[in-house]
Amino acid sequence: MAKLVNIKIEGKSFQVEEGLTILKAAKKCGFEIPSLCAFNDGKCSLASCRVCLVEVKGARGLVASCAYPVNEGMEISISSARAVKARRSSVELLLSNHSKNCQQCSKNGQCELLHVATITGARDDAYTGELTRTTLDRLAPGIVRDTSKCILCGRCVVRCKEAQGIGILGQEFRGFKTIVAPADNRSFMHSPCIQCGQCINVCPTGALSENSEISAVDKAFTTHKYVIVQTAPAVRAAIGEEFGEKIGTPGTGKMVAALHRLGFYRVFDVNFSADLTIIEEANELLLRMKNGGKLPQLTSCSPGWVNYMEYFYPDIIPHASTCKSPHEMGGAIIKSYFAQKHNLDPKDIFVVSIMPCTAKKYEKTRPENAAVENLPDVDAVLTTRELAKIIKRAGIVWNKLPDEDFDDDLIGEYSGAGVIFGVTGGVMEAALRTAYHALTGKEADIVAFKEVRGLENIKEAELDINGTKVRVAVSHGMKNAKPLLDQIRKGTSPYHFIEIMGCPGGCINGGGQPFVKPVFLPNEDDDILQTYIQKRASVLYSEDERQIVRQSHNNKDVIRLYKDFLGEPCGHKAHELLHTSYVSDRVRFPGK
Amino acid sequence: MRINTPQELVNKIRSCEKCLAQKFSGETGTKALLVCGGLGCISTGAGDIISLLKTKLEEKGLQDKVSVDSVGCFGFCSQGPFIRVYPGETLYRMVKPEDVDRIIEEDVIGGKIIEDLIYIDPKTNQPARTEKDIDFFKKQIKIALYGSGIINPENLDEALGYGSFRAFHKVITTMKSQEVIDEILKSGLRGRGGGGFPTGRKWQFALDQKSDVKYVVCNGDEGDPGAFMDRSILEGNPFAVIEGMMIAGYAIQATAGYFYVRAEYPLAVSRLKKAIALLEEVGLIGDNILGTGFNFRVYVRLGAGAFVCGEETALLNSIEGQRGQPRPRPPFPAVKGLWQKPTIVNNVETLAVVPYVIRNGADDFVKLGTEKSKGTKVFALGGKVNNVGLVEVPMGTTLRELIYDIGGGIPHGKKFKAIQTGGPSGGCLTEKDLDAPIDYDTLIARGSMMGSGGAIVMDEDNCMVDVAKFYMEFICDESCGKCTPCRIGTKRMLEYLQKITEGRASLEDLDALTELAYAVKENSLCGLGQTAANPVLSTMINFRDEYIAHVVDKKCPAHVCKKLMEYYIIPEKCKKCGKCARVCPVSCISGVLGKTPFLIDPLKCIKCGMCYSVCPFDSIIKR
Repeated sequence: MAKLVNIKIEGKSFQVEEGLTILKAAKKCGFEIPSLCAFNDGKCSLASCRVCLVEVKGARGLVASCAYPVNEGMEISISSARAVKARRSSVELLLSNHSKNCQQCSKNGQCELLHVATITGARDDAYTGELTRTTLDRLAPGIVRDTSKCILCGRCVVRCKEAQGIGILGQEFRGFKTIVAPADNRSFMHSPCIQCGQCINVCPTGALSENSEISAVDKAFTTHKYVIVQTAPAVRAAIGEEFGEKIGTPGTGKMVAALHRLGFYRVFDVNFSADLTIIEEANELLLRMKNGGKLPQLTSCSPGWVNYMEYFYPDIIPHASTCKSPHEMGGAIIKSYFAQKHNLDPKDIFVVSIMPCTAKKYEKTRPENAAVENLPDVDAVLTTRELAKIIKRAGIVWNKLPDEDFDDDLIGEYSGAGVIFGVTGGVMEAALRTAYHALTGKEADIVAFKEVRGLENIKEAELDINGTKVRVAVSHGMKNAKPLLDQIRKGTSPYHFIEIMGCPGGCINGGGQPFVKPVFLPNEDDDILQTYIQKRASVLYSEDERQIVRQSHNNKDVIRLYKDFLGEPCGHKAHELLHTSYVSDRVRFPGK
Repeated sequence: MRINTPQELVNKIRSCEKCLAQKFSGETGTKALLVCGGLGCISTGAGDIISLLKTKLEEKGLQDKVSVDSVGCFGFCSQGPFIRVYPGETLYRMVKPEDVDRIIEEDVIGGKIIEDLIYIDPKTNQPARTEKDIDFFKKQIKIALYGSGIINPENLDEALGYGSFRAFHKVITTMKSQEVIDEILKSGLRGRGGGGFPTGRKWQFALDQKSDVKYVVCNGDEGDPGAFMDRSILEGNPFAVIEGMMIAGYAIQATAGYFYVRAEYPLAVSRLKKAIALLEEVGLIGDNILGTGFNFRVYVRLGAGAFVCGEETALLNSIEGQRGQPRPRPPFPAVKGLWQKPTIVNNVETLAVVPYVIRNGADDFVKLGTEKSKGTKVFALGGKVNNVGLVEVPMGTTLRELIYDIGGGIPHGKKFKAIQTGGPSGGCLTEKDLDAPIDYDTLIARGSMMGSGGAIVMDEDNCMVDVAKFYMEFICDESCGKCTPCRIGTKRMLEYLQKITEGRASLEDLDALTELAYAVKENSLCGLGQTAANPVLSTMINFRDEYIAHVVDKKCPAHVCKKLMEYYIIPEKCKKCGKCARVCPVSCISGVLGKTPFLIDPLKCIKCGMCYSVCPFDSIIKR
């Protein structure tokens, strides 16, 4: 139990833990001090925005509440005229150097700057003058950087370092000319940015956002006869949040119903392809284990992680599975198997993937992912947030939607193993369920692989399957994964199979997911930033538990696909359609 | 040759003292020529003088009897280059390379004083042979500058012979860490970098922290425009500062010290590195110093052109290889500083004073200065004053004494207007403040601050609004850009000042500027932003009439602001010589030689002032 101290806020006495920042202490006592750069328990708190200023008796000048710890006897005034004026002044200065096209901004409605402007009573044109020279970087499919909307809070700088250990972003230039940018103000495409989008998730304004493909999808409805949509598992775990649902509310049925009302020719689940991926990848692993192939095998369904590997660990590329990521496999199957069975010309098909991910926007452009007549396997990727936008745009009222099922048309079925792909450890668990069956002919006990669940940096398990020892590891976020990769580089890795996800927590915390900004979530608990990942994960785990079919190899549509069309797992046709390759010189030629 | 024990150090000091005394007394038949090697003198030929002296002396075979040394800044910069001759301490001023032959023939060999190289006191018109006879020097007391201008700064023996390491010896043999801090506390020494924080208290915070690793950092990033106190101390007697750092290290139980010197001071850096190397050679820096078990290593780090890195936490970030941006405090550096270890950051001048305090005792030090500001302060006196240069005066000296007695008053018969202390962080003091004693608290109470010691004198030809704009331009250039009020607020303030000086502002703008100034002052993260508004606020309070003139009358009373003034040739006074037209870079002056008065076209004129400065008949005025 931490030591308590007595403080006064607005003249009222409180007892709080010693060492808390004034901002946190005030929150516990029922006061929400406006702030901008502070985020996530001070992990991104640089005290740079000067919006959270309060008056502390006896202190020299005003104090930044996000960084200043409470001590015994402290007397804090939030609403003194001096403090109120100071906070308003900081916001007004920010507004004076900010883009003014709120209507077009992707963050309209969720902009933290506009929020504090309203709360502090900032006057619109209090200060007018020159604007800092803008850099607009739209080259990267995954992320757009618009410095005219940047308030230099520094959250993204910290986040990239913290989540991925890379630190692509930093402050460039000095004084009024300062902007946040990759080194030399390069584009994300010309720097080793993995486009994971973690920076977008923490940005308080529209300075960082995904590259919108909504207009591409709109256009497709006029140019292509068959616009087919597929959704990733992680999307359903969070889409409801965009419509006011509490975090952790399943949204599968409503999501499908909404998609049915948006004019798509078919609404499929990427989980089908996830099962397909498992069949290919588990077989690939068993083949490597049998024939002395490169071990450990590394999963390859996270394009953020694949980008990282190509930039920083090209020497271990031979370890990566050559399987495409599920949605790419899905696109390839749609344009081949599905098209053929329905007598459709693949050129008339436009595949849209709804993803929790921004890196997938880049992934779909890779020339290695164009299996059928050189057409891209996937034509457009929309993030969960973009999907919510087009649902709202169509006038669909979320909470009035019924629950509907995905289209049962050749590639409609999915297993529980496919669902859990969206969580860290999910791919591993799914793969082990199938590997176990392949090695023993029996179904594994469903709880046998729970060791790979959870949010520890690295999770390990050692299994004895019918005399074969299988050692596995799971990691998420490149900073966490680095020790595993260094082991492989040194040749000392003890594992057979490693799952790596680009985003901490897995896809449910991807760069395209709904923003979790406590200031806009008054109905969530104060510690929501510590619990939202688990809440989203539980949606997927419970959906897995509800399935009748829980193993990828029992997916009847997958079985029929192999029987009627693909032939052998990892066979010739499977390789043609479902496998990809990687590029080892990206660090020398970024953007190539 | 290593010095291995305290007794060996004592012996070495004694023998060096004897040597140095002999050098200056000439008792062994030698002479010593000390040439001021301050950058002002170097830029007017001192380097040539030194090499010529050495060459000529060798030609005459006198190189063993007559030593030539380049020493630290004498301070009397307007009268340089200087040579001080020992024995006798005759001071030759405004020496030119052509004078070298005469100096050797007539003084060195002939033993006669060269009258025309002696300073003439402007008040009495009498020659003043030595510094003791010159007003500029009379009121000064050299404590931070102790040894500077006397010892060869690249010679450890001379430093040891002039007081260096006596204090260190005393500390390391007879005092405990807490006792050192108590002595510094007793002395009332306050930080000389501008903050004026009690040095002893800062050291106490660091001593109280439990850590295996602690650091002493010396802030040599002197960035105020016009300030060169720290540079002169580092160039003149680096040993004093190193000794101060080591005593500080002993006091807080640190094992390493870092000098952070701006890269624009290459001579200071090389002198410092040389001094460190010499001390390492004899074992006074390193492991188990003098066999006492005290380990201390000293490193030098360079700045890279950022004024903000003079702010202590930005400085620490810079040493760590990160962007030079300040950190929020708490935690303070004494608790979590360099690499998150307890660190004290002290200014060059502060550390230079420490050995003096220990050597002579706190009781001696407190005799100088005022009640709350003890000791002396080094000032770089510049601007519209006759004796520009480097001075060190006891706290409590009045501004009038500084400007008139030491500074020699305002040149060209102009009227004193203001003195700016504290650089871009300070404010203006005016006629009403002339008899105020210079100390930390008095200056703050009167709307300025001590700052690091820059003091710029201004006269009736200075426009105070332009002065405020100048400092704000500097701040905008140097702001790191981290926090909102400084990054954007100072830029907006500059935009207001540009409006005012260009005649586009209204009275509402003056109010808005004032309000914004207070916002920047109150809300900024670090000292740079928190003091950025001081020049504006200070000039608005003391010279509001000038602001009103710019805003309401659209006039600049001092005729400085280009958009609000013009150069005008008085037709009746014009002698039609055409000199102005010939020098005009944009050919905007028309007239017929010898026939018609010349005329400046105000639409083409770029206000460069060339015509004004070349007119032989003072026919051109500013209005």
